[in-house]
Amino acid sequence: MHYTFDIERGNFSDAGQASSSVKRTLKQLGVDAADIKRTVVALFEAEINAVAHAYGGRIDVDIDPEKIVMVVADQGPGIPDIELAMQEGWSTASAKVREMGYGAGMGLPNIKKNTDELKIDTTVGVGTTVTMTVYLR
Amino acid sequence: MKIDEIAKLVDGQVTGAPADDVYEVQKAFASDLMSDVLRFSMDETVLITGLCNNQTMRTSEMADLRVVVIGRDKQPDAEMIALAEEMGITIIKSRYSIFKISGILYGAGIKPLY
Repeated sequence: MHYTFDIERGNFSDAGQASSSVKRTLKQLGVDAADIKRTVVALFEAEINAVAHAYGGRIDVDIDPEKIVMVVADQGPGIPDIELAMQEGWSTASAKVREMGYGAGMGLPNIKKNTDELKIDTTVGVGTTVTMTVYLR
Repeated sequence: MKIDEIAKLVDGQVTGAPADDVYEVQKAFASDLMSDVLRFSMDETVLITGLCNNQTMRTSEMADLRVVVIGRDKQPDAEMIALAEEMGITIIKSRYSIFKISGILYGAGIKPLY
């Protein structure tokens, strides 16, 4: 099954809708609750990252009986130093993003913790594509 | 502890999804940082927060939270309440500070998450 969602820059009111929709689908499919939680927490963090930092983007989710593959691709500033961005507590979030309850520097670490595979392709000034895979138990 | 009992203890007002009178809360976590909420398992847990916006609800949904206490007399708007209803999350609004709410619930036997 394949699902696609658009990401709109700075639209915090709707941010999280894609993750919410994926969560409902996984529940309907009877996926294990722990796997649902891992999947949606990772997707949600990536979705919030894209809304907070990028100028727009797209989410593609593929669900099959063995795994869930989520690709969050944005047009944005890119990540100059991935190693630094992976550190807990490191954040470049704006004051507005922090007011929304994010920007604690836990996004990418949370994604890593909740996925089995994580690939980040980024080009400064162009954008970032985050590919996350969760293998179902 | 039942949701209604929590509401009573913090002199709160229930909004969003109706309080499930069977659901038992054992633990609490207090945070205004939503990524911290997503770091932990929130089973049988009440979130105590001063963050009052749609993202509080969206994060709660991802974390499988069923009940959220909003402190500091923050007022959820209609959109946030509608989201809570849709997601089955009960909101308890309280005029008390986060520290006071946490102290009251801790004193009443609610355990910290860790």
